[in-house]
Amino acid sequence: MNPMGSRKGVVPKAKALNCPNCGSQIQLRALGAAASVICNYCSSTIDASHPQLRVIAQWQAAMTVEPVIPLGSRGKLRGVLWEAIGFQQRGINVDGTNYFWREYVLWNPYHGFRYLSEYNNHWNFVTPLRTLPAATTVHALPGMQLGKERYRHFQTARAYTWFVIGEFPWMVQVGEAVDAADYVAPPKMLSSETTENEVTWSESEYLTGAEIWQAFGLKTPCPPPAGVFANQPSPYAGRVAAMWKSYGLVCAGLMALMIFFAVTAQRQKALDQKFVVNAGQATGEKSFVTEVFPLDGKSGNVEVSVNADVANRWVFLSMALINEETGQAYDFGQEVSYYSGRDSDGDWSEGSRSEEVLLPGIPGGRYYLRVEPETDAALAGPIPVRIQVVRGVPYYLRYFLGMLLVLIPPVWVSIRASVFEAKRWSESDYGGGSSSSEEEEKEEE
Amino acid sequence: MSSRNAICPNCGAEVRFRWSGAVQTTCEYCQSILVRNDLNLALVGKAADLPVDISPIQLGTEGIFSGKAFQVIGRIVYRYDLGTWNEWHLMFSDGSNGWLSDAQAEYAVSFANAFTSAPPAPGELARGMQMEQHRVLLTLTVITEALYETTEGELPFTSYDKEKCRFADFRTHDGRFATVDYSEEPPLLFLGQFVDFGSLRMKNLKEFEGWPTV
Repeated sequence: MNPMGSRKGVVPKAKALNCPNCGSQIQLRALGAAASVICNYCSSTIDASHPQLRVIAQWQAAMTVEPVIPLGSRGKLRGVLWEAIGFQQRGINVDGTNYFWREYVLWNPYHGFRYLSEYNNHWNFVTPLRTLPAATTVHALPGMQLGKERYRHFQTARAYTWFVIGEFPWMVQVGEAVDAADYVAPPKMLSSETTENEVTWSESEYLTGAEIWQAFGLKTPCPPPAGVFANQPSPYAGRVAAMWKSYGLVCAGLMALMIFFAVTAQRQKALDQKFVVNAGQATGEKSFVTEVFPLDGKSGNVEVSVNADVANRWVFLSMALINEETGQAYDFGQEVSYYSGRDSDGDWSEGSRSEEVLLPGIPGGRYYLRVEPETDAALAGPIPVRIQVVRGVPYYLRYFLGMLLVLIPPVWVSIRASVFEAKRWSESDYGGGSSSSEEEEKEEE
Repeated sequence: MSSRNAICPNCGAEVRFRWSGAVQTTCEYCQSILVRNDLNLALVGKAADLPVDISPIQLGTEGIFSGKAFQVIGRIVYRYDLGTWNEWHLMFSDGSNGWLSDAQAEYAVSFANAFTSAPPAPGELARGMQMEQHRVLLTLTVITEALYETTEGELPFTSYDKEKCRFADFRTHDGRFATVDYSEEPPLLFLGQFVDFGSLRMKNLKEFEGWPTV
């Protein structure tokens, strides 16, 4: 009759069986589903696919690894309760160094088998794939496509099984070797394992240690992950594009403000006065004051432009904008110089006949300018000077400075994101990767 | 084929057919394999014990696939090198039939189909080879040598005369699959797709001690 004791209704908990090698008790948690089980005591691999257990391999444990998730413990992941029933340590050898990772077999009688893998405290929830990924290229590099997602090749290596305990849905053995290849699209990863007979594919999704500790109710301290894992989601993923988008919006806003203020600027012509500076009197050039002019509005900038018809000489105007009522003075000065000539290279010129000074935050009121001109005493001839005062001119520099300033966060995050990607890819077959491919990776976000 | 009920020629128990197309069934009481010949049932053998089996599916399980309700009315148990797997025979509400395979709780639903192009000969099978059937490009992934372990319930063909079987499993890039069953001459083609356990919304499943029911 049915060895499970009941054909319909309830399947009882699997009973303990005896190891055909050493006789010690073996608990089969997934009896009928597991293909092999490792005896806890003598480390024999036992064929669990047949009611008459038989030993298929015996080995000496070259190492002993304690699983951080004790076999038999249960945890809810992706809305399904899973029981950890098997554990293995596997490794690859790169340039003479062994890199080990650990895998747990999870089982649920309705949902079947899943796996957890752990490397440097980076975790992955692994689902066997029944759909074949299609070979493709990602940024001219080998990749795989599954559905709409494209995965970039990360690493191919020969993986060996170093240590096993518990139950497995295949005939697991220490020393078993497969060609393992990983393709990443964080937080997902596709992996293939190729043996002589079969290629199996699985899909992994990155989990943090904290999620595992919480799911399985582990009491031990949860160690932090080390380094960047192949499919670890970048903390900057999505942020780079979002920040550049915000940057674009801020710039558009600044441009709009700039245009608005340029269009609506007051541009009140307050003063336009001409006078002549005589260089004849070498010393004690007389200062003078302009007529009084009103500056409208509560507060605003004032642009003072000086135009001096100089040729191969200079004139310096010490000026003060003085409020007639309060006596408040704003001192400033402006030199105007223009030199030109002709040498072996042709015509040259230096300086400009027109200069502007911008005085910000001048309260409204009645003002006049006190002007004290100065010029090269050695040269003769009068210099016609024109001073114009305009109230409320549009001011552009601050917008461009603003655009430069808000450039800092997106540039910073972009740099951090590409440093993160460089760390990720430094562990791959493309060790370090070319800078151009890093760029493309960044763009993908 | 008019009567839906018959008497087991071995133990006299009532044998009830749920599906009019059933050719073979197993007596629930004495596990005799019974083949339908016109009005009578012929005893052709005795079903082997069911293997250690923790499939959550059982005869009488009901579910929904592609919007159509089905009931599980029979199964074939195959043995291969990793244990056993089940091909559950489904009867759909519209009278058609299909198969729900359950291998280590990986589920797939398939239907018998005619070949639209000649299948590879059994001796030519090689992993990676491709064929096109019903405009679906299929890639051969696994060749399985299996034994008929036992049967249960109603089947659309007789199995008592079969022992060994070679299956070629083909997959696609979009979750569909095909199986070519070389136990018949000419071979049989089954086309279908992999399914999530939850998507079948099955009722009347087995319960597992210590596990919450789904």
